[in-house]
Parts: sequence; structure tokens; C-alpha cells
Amino acid sequence: MAEAFDTSYTDQEFTVIGNRTLRPDGVDKVTGRARYGADATAPGQLVGLILRSPHAHAKIKKIDTSKAEKLPGVKAVLTSADLPDLTNGNRGNYDILENCMARDRALYDGHAVAAVAATDMETAKQALKLIKVSYKKLPHVTDVDAAMQDSAPIVQPHIKKADDQTQSTNIANVSTFGHGDVEAGFAAADYIVEESFKTEQTHQGYIEPHACLASVGPDGQGELWVTTQGHFTFRSVCSDLLGMDIAKLKVTSSEIGGGFGGKTHVWIEPVALALSRKCNRPVKMTMTRDEVFRATGPTASTSMDIKVGATKDGRITAATAHIRYQDGAFPGIWGMLGAMTAFACYDLENCQSVGYDVLVNRPKVAAYRAPSAPMAAFGVESCMDLMAEKVGMSPVDFRLKNAAQEGTRASYGPTYGPIGIGATLRAVKNHPHMRARLGKNQGRGMACGFWFNFGGQTCVDMNIGTDGTVNLTVGTVDVGGARASMGMIAAEELGIPYEDVKVTVGDTTSLGHNDTTEGSRGTFSSGMATIFAARNAVEELKARAAQTWDIDIGDVAWEDGQAIAKGVKGSNLPPLSLKELAKASPRTGGPIAGHNEVVADGAGVSFASHICDVEVDPETGATKILRYTVVQDAGKAIHPDYVEGQMQGAAAQGIGWALNEEYIYGDDGTLQNAGFLDYRIPVCSDLPMIDTKILEIPNPNHPYGIRGVGETSIVPPLAAIASAVSNAVGVRMTHTPMSPPRILKAINEAK
Amino acid sequence: MSGVHVSTTVNGDAVEFVCPAGETLLDVLRDRLGLTGAKEGCGTGDCGACSVTIDGQLVCSCLVLGAEAQGREIGTVEGLARDGELHPLQEQFISHAALQCGICTPGFLVASKALLDNNPNPSEEEIRYALAGNLCRCTGYDKIVRAVGAAAKDLAREAKKTKAKTKKRK
Repeated sequence: MAEAFDTSYTDQEFTVIGNRTLRPDGVDKVTGRARYGADATAPGQLVGLILRSPHAHAKIKKIDTSKAEKLPGVKAVLTSADLPDLTNGNRGNYDILENCMARDRALYDGHAVAAVAATDMETAKQALKLIKVSYKKLPHVTDVDAAMQDSAPIVQPHIKKADDQTQSTNIANVSTFGHGDVEAGFAAADYIVEESFKTEQTHQGYIEPHACLASVGPDGQGELWVTTQGHFTFRSVCSDLLGMDIAKLKVTSSEIGGGFGGKTHVWIEPVALALSRKCNRPVKMTMTRDEVFRATGPTASTSMDIKVGATKDGRITAATAHIRYQDGAFPGIWGMLGAMTAFACYDLENCQSVGYDVLVNRPKVAAYRAPSAPMAAFGVESCMDLMAEKVGMSPVDFRLKNAAQEGTRASYGPTYGPIGIGATLRAVKNHPHMRARLGKNQGRGMACGFWFNFGGQTCVDMNIGTDGTVNLTVGTVDVGGARASMGMIAAEELGIPYEDVKVTVGDTTSLGHNDTTEGSRGTFSSGMATIFAARNAVEELKARAAQTWDIDIGDVAWEDGQAIAKGVKGSNLPPLSLKELAKASPRTGGPIAGHNEVVADGAGVSFASHICDVEVDPETGATKILRYTVVQDAGKAIHPDYVEGQMQGAAAQGIGWALNEEYIYGDDGTLQNAGFLDYRIPVCSDLPMIDTKILEIPNPNHPYGIRGVGETSIVPPLAAIASAVSNAVGVRMTHTPMSPPRILKAINEAK
Repeated sequence: MSGVHVSTTVNGDAVEFVCPAGETLLDVLRDRLGLTGAKEGCGTGDCGACSVTIDGQLVCSCLVLGAEAQGREIGTVEGLARDGELHPLQEQFISHAALQCGICTPGFLVASKALLDNNPNPSEEEIRYALAGNLCRCTGYDKIVRAVGAAAKDLAREAKKTKAKTKKRK
């Protein structure tokens, strides 16, 4: 039975919103016309390639590029010497610079050390071979727990211990959240659950490798065509690192072949621009899959200790989490995000979560869909199951009893407004999936997840053509159908058909700054700006109608795509449609447009609860996903197909993370499985249909109630699948991925 | 650099090109013939984004040399729509929202067509195994499998209509 939600604050009837319209870029994408990062060419373009460190950690004693420079066809060779430090004390930017091109040390297997631009691929490859780098190998560390030991090799010597500034450490940050008195809480508990967990490093696994086409002229003006989640951010970062004027670097985002957080950071782009600047020829760079695995930004591996206390009647009295995130060779905010999200689903009187950011000799970690939350949820949700069992409640009832609700003080600080965790749990409880029978070697698990969602700086531009069709230019990247949603929102606001709106992702010269498309902010923030821009345009349309009718603008209303004259004077005037007003616009004051620049505050938090059935082969340890159900509080679903798609895709990534995906490092600190054959993401035959249930609990801070949907559903799968596997084999699984050898080992150890 | 001179057919058009002996068919299609519909996702035959057909046989074009195209019939995603009409697979991928980022879509369409050419009425399991060589990271495959199933039904209806028409004429 559908649950009724309070929609008083967004009590509105929609005409276009909520329909399953055809996406405007669909035809281009099914015919091969759509142009992605590697699909652009420029006259006279060169091929750019990067030479990468084969060592996990090494001092770079000398780089001899003389032979490569002499090779016919080589137009530019680049090392860190060509990238002077212009960061002016900004350590974050210096880290980016050093990650793009190693300076005195190579910090991980795959770290860039030099680059070339040549007339063709063969010449460029030959040139890389002619660059001689003298390395002195240094001791390395790739494991997060080992890196925290005092004896561990130090990755970034400038990072010192908080309590001793003379001692370097790999612990870059410690972030603590929580409230109450956890010791008193544990003392009041009838039962305590305490368990340690580990998760291995995974990659976003977007199918499109990073690619760009950079061109800088002798006048210092540049253009960059690139696959990115944030072309405005790429522009700022590249300009900063290379000393260019922001306005003189035009960045165009290509169609993007998946990002999931991995395309929020620059890797090859400053190098391509620097090569181009050196030889004033366009330089195209495309990463190989091997480079994507070794040298972009996978997510953190983790190690954690979780403790939960509860009374006999199933009320949690205290909970703590200590979660150690492996950040790669440069510090990030991953420990902080993990600590913030760990207990966000629950109403806790006493809680404390501590996140550690730990440096190792692995690539710089980047965001991956709800970054840091899935690992924390794996540990916390597994302990919730263990506690439910101890107190003799079902996993769903135990969670319902302790779930956060409106007015709950979140474990990371704020007090929640209307939220959907309880609703998703009740939907799970009532779902037929929970009552389906299980067979031999089969198990069921369920788990919850949370993500904040973000808003941020946003800017859109709406221009109405003289035929009444509308150009909407947005600055957030369309990673999964957002142009359809934006077109629907514009059509809804203006009162015109969806087909009359053309949505374009504008380049950096066509709009003001837009923050990167991350944090599930695209539809939330550009949707908000589109509504305001349309209302801005409607004001102008009303003004034109008032002028035409010679009445006061206060006597003009906008209804169903037309201006209506109100009041005594307007009683006999026929309405003026948007088409009519647009056609007359050259004579009534010129082009009609709407704009909006906004910091889109008030993103609504989102929760999901998942159910999973598995069958584990006790002989091989192989797990088959039999059935999977996603329930997510999505806020208003603008385009239900693409909301479901986000929920299904996130679940599938979580399934891969839970069962199979893993960075494997050798004793020498080099990555052993940098390819899709050995780093195996789920294929079509691995998965069942993924059932979805969208709960539209409106976000009161958005005119349409939009929350943001992209990330939340990657949070529960690790724990849901771990509980399902644990229930199938009778042993609690505490280490992902639960690959066949790991499951067999757990079964054998329990015997 | 000496090149290999190749005469071949791409999507029904006669094509000639010269390429280095070691260049892949994928690079030839993308860099020499301007057909960028086939994508390079891995370069090792693991992702299927570069799927094309050679004489009707589904292959990863990153694992085939350009020189091997001599005298063969190459089919790419650019050849699926005919006379301004989308193929039923293309229609159903759009209407089922079977793509999000779309980078894997050309490969999935070529692979799905190869499946339906050989097996006009596949079960869900047959679709899943036939497409197991194509990676999609966005969709979880759910909507792709449904779109292929729906396209199979469309094609069966079309075939029935054509058959009825032919019968009438006779």
C-alpha cells in the first residue's frame, strides 16, 4: 500500500513533471553521433602521452629527455620543470600539481613523471621509450593499517603529528563527530556488539577513459575539450596551475561516458594544456584503461571498528565507529565524510564517529558516488544486524525502532527536517520480497543508507526564440539524462510543450561559474535555477503583454503558457500565448530571456533501504544475486525512468563492490589487476532485474520538492549483501569484496 | 612508415584506406574513416564498447587489425538506422531509458542486433548471456535487457506484417 506523505509545502499539480519523456540526446547517443571526450579532432593535432612511474615509491634522481626531443616528429617533451609552482602556498593546488606530474619523488605505481606530444601515436610511444629516468627506490606502504604504524614509510613528510610537530605521519586528518556520553551509554546497555571490518579499494569504472583535446596559441589563449563532471572547476584549476587568465581558457564539456565522482578532478588536462602551450599545436590525450586504473582516483580502502550497545527491548544506547580511510598519496576529506555518514540513519542519544585520512603509496583517492558512506554503512549496518539478532528482533523492526525522524539530531550535527528513512523501512517491511521463500544455501539481507546531497553555485540562461521555442543553457554536466529533466522543468514553468525546449550544456564562456556536477546536485540545483530563470522570463512576457494591452503589469497573470488580462480593463482581451508574445518581441522591446544565478541551498538528505537475496555455492564460494529491491526516498521524481536508472545503477555498482571488485597490490607495491579482465565489474549475466520503489518525500527547500537521487543507493548494498551472504553460509562476513576465496575461507574457519 | 592498402565495405559503402600494419580496426574506423560511434573503453576486448560486425559476426574492433578488413563487410552503429528511420533497437533503447551516459550504447546496439539476427525470440537469460561481453556501468542492465526484449517483439511484428504483405501480393 502506498504511504501518504505530507506534501503541504509542495502541494502542486504537475503537467509535465513526472512523465517519462524521451531524452533529447537519445537519438545522438543511439546513432553514434554524440561526441565524447575522445571524439574530437583539431587541424594539426598531436598525440600526447604520459610516462609513468613503474615504482610504488621512488626518488627521481634525473630525467634525461634529450634523445626523445631529437626524435623526428616529437614537438614537445614535458617534465615537472616545465610546471613551475604557481600555487602561492595553496597546498591543495600544490597536491594537484604534484599528482599531475611527479616532482622530486614518484609516490605511487602509475604516477606521471614526463610527457610528450608527437605527430602520431607510434612516434609518441617511441619518444616515451627514449626518456631515461633514474630512480632510487624507496620503501613503500599500500595498506591503511600498516601506514598508521610509527615505523611506516612516510608518504608526505610535510604532514606532522598533531601532538609533535617534529614527527612526520601518514595520518593526515582525524575528524570526530557525535554527541552525548558514549561511555555512559555503553554502561546502560544490556548487550554490546563489537566488530572490525575491512573494505578493499574499488574504482568508479566508468567505461569512457579520460580524454581531452587542448589547444593553446602563442597569445596564451587556450581551449580545452574534455570529458568532465565540472568544466568550470577544470577551468579554474588549470588556469591556477598554469598561470592563465580564467577568461582566456575556454573549457567545453564533451558528452561524458560515466564519471561517478572520478571525473571531478583533473589528471591529464593540465599536462595536455602545458604540452600544447609549449609547441602551440593542439594536443589530444586519451588514457588507456591501464592508466585509468593506475593513475586516476579510485575510492579508499578502509579498516574499521564499530561498537553498538542496546537495551533488551531493542533501543540503542550508544554507538561508536573508528574508520580508517586510505587516501592514496595525497590527503582528502574521505575520513570526514565517512565519520559524518556512519550513524546518519539513526536517532542516537550517545554516538561518536572518528574518521582517519591515511596516506599510502597508491593513487590519489577521488570521490566515488556517495564517497566514504558505503564503507561506513557496511560496518555499521552489519552491527545493526548483529544487534537485532541479540535482542531478538527482525533487522527491519530493530532499525525502525531506532530510525531517525523529523526533529532528530543527526549524528553529524544538524537537526533533520522531513526525512524518509522510516518510510523506506516501512516500505521494505511491507514489500512482498521480504516474505518470499528462500531455498537451500540462500540468504536474505537488508540494509539502510544515507547521503547528504549538495547544492552549490549554479547559473542558467533561457532564451525564447521568435517562434516560441526555447533555448535553455545549463552549466551542470548531463551525466545520465539531466537534459530531459531540465527541459521538463522549463516546460512546466513556462506552460509550453516539452518538445519546444532545447537544453544545452553551455561551455565556460557562455555562463557564469557552475560548481561541479557532484553530490547529486545536477537536477536539484540546475532545476532550481531553471525554475527561477523561467519565472524571470515569465515576468518579461507579462510585461510585454501589459505593454501590448496598455494595462498595468499587475493586471496580467501567466496561466498555461499564456498571458491573461485581469481586472475591469482586461475583461474583453483574448489571452496572448508565449508564441504570440515571442513573435511580436522584435517590436515590443527585443529578445525575451530569463536568467538565474544562485547558490542553491537546502539540498534534501536522502535515505534508501535495500533488500537482497543471494545463493552461495558452498563448494566454490561463488555468490549469485537472486533478487534485489531498492527503496529510496528520492524527493519529487522529475523523470521516473532516470530516477529508477540511478537507483539500479548504484545498486549494481554496490553489488560489484560487495562481491568482486578489488585493487590488488603486489609486495612490490604495484597494481596487479589494472584491466577489466582482472578487475571484473558486474556483467549482464551476473545480475537479475533490479526492482525499484521510489518514495517521493518532498524536499521543503526546493520549489518542486527535489532532493537529489544519484548517490544514496550505492550506500546500502555492501551491508545488505554481506548480511545475505552471512545468513546463507552461517558465518558473519566482515571483509569486502566477498569473493569466492574469502567466503570459502570464512566457511572453513568456522568449521 | 609503410602502410597497408585496404579495400573494404563499411555499412554498405565501398571504402579504401591505408593504415600501418599494426593499427586496429577500431583506430581505422575512428581516426581514418571518421566513424567515432565505436568507442575504446579498454583496448583489450573486455568491455565491448568497440563492438562491430565483420561479415555479420560480432567482434571487438580493438582486437582486429585494420588490414583484416580487406574484402569484408563491416557493420557499425552508424549503419543501424536506415533511410532516416531508427532501428527498433534504437527506438526501444530511447523509450526504455536503456542508456544513461550512452558511451556503451553503440556497442550494446551492435551486439543486440547480432543477437536478434541469430535468435529473433531470445529469453531474458539468452539476452543476458549474449550481452555479457558488453560492460555498462550506469544502468545495472535492467532497462537494457527490457529494451532488447521489446525490440525483438517489434521486429517479430514487422516480420509478420512483411510476410502478410508478400502473401497478399502472391
